[in-house]
Amino acid sequence: MKDSLNRLHARASAEGLLDVAYATADSPFGPLLLATTPKGLVRVGLPNQDADELLTDLARRVSPRVLEAPAQLDEARRELDLYFAGKLTEFELPLDWRLSKDFRRRVLRAIARIPYGQTRSYTQMATSAGNERAVRAAGTACGTNPLPLVVPCHRVLRSGGALGGYGGGLPMKEGLLRLEGILDS
Amino acid sequence: MPNASLVISRPPHPQRLIHEVSELPPFQTLIDEHAGDVMAVCCGAVGRSDADDCFQETFIAALRAYPKLQDGGNLRGWLITIAHRKAIDHHRARGRRAVPVAEPAEVAVTDPEPGGEIWAVVGALPPKQRAAVTLRYASDLPHAEIASALGCSPEAARRSLHEGLKRLRKELA
Repeated sequence: MKDSLNRLHARASAEGLLDVAYATADSPFGPLLLATTPKGLVRVGLPNQDADELLTDLARRVSPRVLEAPAQLDEARRELDLYFAGKLTEFELPLDWRLSKDFRRRVLRAIARIPYGQTRSYTQMATSAGNERAVRAAGTACGTNPLPLVVPCHRVLRSGGALGGYGGGLPMKEGLLRLEGILDS
Repeated sequence: MPNASLVISRPPHPQRLIHEVSELPPFQTLIDEHAGDVMAVCCGAVGRSDADDCFQETFIAALRAYPKLQDGGNLRGWLITIAHRKAIDHHRARGRRAVPVAEPAEVAVTDPEPGGEIWAVVGALPPKQRAAVTLRYASDLPHAEIASALGCSPEAARRSLHEGLKRLRKELA
């Protein structure tokens, strides 16, 4: 049955019928869910997020042609492994931004430009996205980031230096900041 | 002169679109829950050696049609129907390809198919018996699930299976 399914994935991909491919990947914080479209990585699910819910959401918002096809995510898995090993500071994966719109997407694009090992405030992100007063909306953009880790919303903190929130839970945010040498280990 | 394509390319009502799309689970769910049954139907209908082709054709056709499927209520029945259709296509194609030869070439088989010629005899059973036998022995489904796949009572499924096995014993004796 496994060979049959591999053949099916290859053919579905070749015929343009694999709209969303997903796989799980190990991380020091627990299993991640990775999903890609032919355009690029579209969704990263953190260990505390419900995988079934994420897949149902992708079926609704992108396409119901959602298949578990790990080979399509080899590159994403490779870059994330290197990142967690401290050997990669900039992701080169193509990204598919379709799950965020307008102001939120501008915030996330600004976050994607924060260099490894540095932090910014929510206010700075709101300003970069073109509305310095929309601090709360910038926070929401972080909170609903469909591509955490790769779009490093963990590098955004409160103005006073307090951690703020994180979709994957605060211990994970702290762990990532330690990995990047922002917090002392 | 107004552009005619502007008139015919009007999109469907948004409310309707959202409704249709939201009904369908991720396609992987169909594979997780029904791939075994589809394979069993293919085995029973076209034999072990061609079952995978039938399986591939079934799921590719299903993937192609899936986003436009109106009713996600009976996905298993929908898949099994496609599999039966693909099996019929397969038999038609084979009918066209068949070339009679005076002496069939002997082919060395290193890895014999499970059951071998039995599947040819299974393929000749009446549809309900054939489905019951393949669902039971090719995909190990219990009677209750065979019943729900065939849309009959567990008792009727048991009877179809029993009749099918009786006939097989007679044919193979």
